[in-house]
Amino acid sequence: MSEDNQGILWEVFLQPKPGRPFKHVGSLHAYDKKMAMTAARDLYTRRGEGKGIWLVRAEDIVSSELEDGEAFYDPSNDKIYRHPTFYNLPDGVKHI
Amino acid sequence: MEDQKKLAEFQEKIDADIKIEPRDWMPEKYRQNLIRQISQHAHSEIIGMQPEKNWLTRAPSIRAKKILMAKIQDEAGHGLYLYCAAETLGVKREQVLNLLHEGKAKYSSVFNYPTISWADMGAIGWLVDGAAIVNQVSLQGTSYGPYSRAMVKICMEESFHQRQGYEIVVTLAKGTPEQKQMAQDALNRWWWPSVMMFGPHDAESAHSNQSLKWKIKRESNDELRQRFIDKTIHQGEILGLTFPDPDLKWNESTGHYDYGEIDWDEFWNVVKGNGPGNKQRLKHHIEAHENGKWVREAAIAYADKLNSKTKTA
Amino acid sequence: MGLNTFKMKNHNLYQYCLQLGDTSFILSHRIAEYCSKAPHLEEDLAITNVGLDLLGQAESFLKYAAEIKGDGTSEDDLAFKRKEKDFKSIHLCEVPNFDYALILVRQFLMDIYNNLLFNELSESKDAIINGISKKSIKEIRYHLQRSKDWMIRLGQGTEESNQKIQYALDTLWMYTNELFYDSSAEIELEKEGIAVLSSSLETEWRKKTKEIIVEAGLVVPENQPHSMQYGKDGIHTEYLGYLLAEMQHLPLLYPDAKW
Repeated sequence: MSEDNQGILWEVFLQPKPGRPFKHVGSLHAYDKKMAMTAARDLYTRRGEGKGIWLVRAEDIVSSELEDGEAFYDPSNDKIYRHPTFYNLPDGVKHI
Repeated sequence: MEDQKKLAEFQEKIDADIKIEPRDWMPEKYRQNLIRQISQHAHSEIIGMQPEKNWLTRAPSIRAKKILMAKIQDEAGHGLYLYCAAETLGVKREQVLNLLHEGKAKYSSVFNYPTISWADMGAIGWLVDGAAIVNQVSLQGTSYGPYSRAMVKICMEESFHQRQGYEIVVTLAKGTPEQKQMAQDALNRWWWPSVMMFGPHDAESAHSNQSLKWKIKRESNDELRQRFIDKTIHQGEILGLTFPDPDLKWNESTGHYDYGEIDWDEFWNVVKGNGPGNKQRLKHHIEAHENGKWVREAAIAYADKLNSKTKTA
Repeated sequence: MGLNTFKMKNHNLYQYCLQLGDTSFILSHRIAEYCSKAPHLEEDLAITNVGLDLLGQAESFLKYAAEIKGDGTSEDDLAFKRKEKDFKSIHLCEVPNFDYALILVRQFLMDIYNNLLFNELSESKDAIINGISKKSIKEIRYHLQRSKDWMIRLGQGTEESNQKIQYALDTLWMYTNELFYDSSAEIELEKEGIAVLSSSLETEWRKKTKEIIVEAGLVVPENQPHSMQYGKDGIHTEYLGYLLAEMQHLPLLYPDAKW
C-alpha cells in the first residue's frame, strides 16, 4: 500500500478573461490531473476570478537561477533603443 | 566569512524593501522563523473553522447559513494558501500537519474558546477577524514574497468576514431584549481573548525583535493591538454595547484609548494547552485526518495506476 | 380558470416547489455537517461549493413556494418553522453522514438524478421553475463531473476503498426507489407541462448509474422493494426529526426574534 501523503504540488495559472494572458495565482495539492483541475476551479475561481485554468506540476517548472541574475538580466539595461520612448519625433506628428 | 557577506547583502535587500523569494539565499534562522510563523498562521485558519462550524447547522436563516458556510470555506482556503507558502520554504504539508497533531505546533489560542451562542458568530467575525485583519494588513508588507502574496489574497477575501460578523451583532443589538443580551454576553466573553490575539507585550515577546529586523513582521504586537482597540471601541459604542474593561478610556494626549491590564496568566494557560477547547479542537482535526486516510491512499493508488497506464501505452 | 382550479393548481405548485426545495435543502445541510471533516483540505473546499449550490437552489424554490402561499410567509419561515410532516424531502438526502464513502455515493446518486430532472425542468412551462432549473443545471453538471471522478477514483483505488464504496452503494440503494415515485403534485403538474414525472427518469438513471458503477469496478446492487412510504408524501426517515430539531432550534426558541 502507498504511504499516506497530501498529494502532488501543482501551480495554478488563471486567465481572467478570454484573450488575456494567464497569471500565476497560487498552488494546491492533488493526486491526479482531474482532481487538480476541479480543485483549482473550486479553490481559485470562487469569486469569478477566471475563465481559463492552466496547471503545471511544481516539479516541472524550470526557473532561472539566482546566481545567473546579473549575467541574465543586466545586459538588457542599456538597450534602451528597444523602447519607443527612445526616439525623437517632430512635434505634432501623429499615428506613429 | 562567505556567510557574513551574504548576511549583509540579505539585510541590505530587506532594508531596501526587496522581497525575498524561495530560491534566494536566506539565513537559516529566517527560514525557520518564517516556517514557524506561516504554519502557525495556517493552523489558526484551519482550527478556526471549528468554532464557527459549531453553529453552521444551527444558523437561523438561509442567508446566515449561506454566508457562514462561505466564510468557513474561505478559512479553509486561507489555510491552504498559507500551507503552500510554507511549502516554498521546504516543509511539506504532511510534515506541518504532523507537528500540529503531535502538539508541537501552535495556533491562535482564541480558537480554543467555545462558541456557546449564535451571537458568538457575530463576535468572532467582528472581533476575532477584526483583530486578525489588523495583523494581516500589516503582514502584506512582510519581506518574504510568497507569504506577502498570500496575505494580499487573504486580505482581499477577508474583507467581507468582519462585516458579516458585525452585521450579526448589529441585528442582535437592535433585536429583542434577549437578543441584545446575547450580543452583550458575546462581547464580554470575546473581547479579552481578541485583545490577547496580538500576543505578549513587546518587552516580553520572544521572537519580536529579530522578526521586525528581518521584516517578517512589520509592526510590534502592542502597536497592532492599539490599532485594533482604537478602531473597535466606536463600533461597539454606537450599538449601545459595553466593553468589559472599566479602564478603557480615550486619552486626549496620546490620541489613543488606554486599556486595562491583560490577564496574562489566562493567556499563557490557554497557550500551554489548558484552554477550554484545546484538546477538543485537536482531537477533531486528528480524527478527520485519520478518517480520511483510506481516501488519500486510494487517490494515490489510482494516480499510480493512471501513470503506469500512460507509461505502457 | 375557476377559483377552485386555480387553488388546486397553486396547491400542487406549492407542494412541488417544497419537494424540490426541501430535497436540496436537506442535502445541503448534510454537507454543512461535514464541513472541516474532509479527507483532504482541497476536498473540504470543493464539497462546500456543492453544498452552497444546493442551498442556493433550495432558497430559490422555497422563496417561490412562499410567494405561492401568498400569506406573508417567507422562505425562512418555510425552512425553520415548518413541521416535519410538511417537509417533502426524499429519504436519500436524509440519511446521515456515515463516512466519506456514503457522502460521495449519496451525492453521486443524487447528481445523476438531478442532472436528468433539471434538464427536463429547464423546459418547464412555469417561468420561475424554468429559470431556477436553467441556472441549477449548470451547477449540477459540475457536481456530477466531480462525483463521477471520485466514484471511479475510489472504486478503482485500493481494495479497501472499493469495499467502502460498494458498502455505501449497497446501503443506500433501497432509498433510490423513491427517486422514481410520482407524487400527486407531479402527476397533476406534468399534464400542464410544468413538472416532470419522476418515473419517466428511471430508465435513463439506471443506464447512467450503471455505466459509471461498472467503470469504477463496482457492482450495481439488486433492486429492493420498499415500503412505499415516502418523503415526497411527508413520511420521513427517523433521521429527519433530529436534523430539524437542530436546524430549527433558534427560530423556534425565539419565535419573535429576527435574525
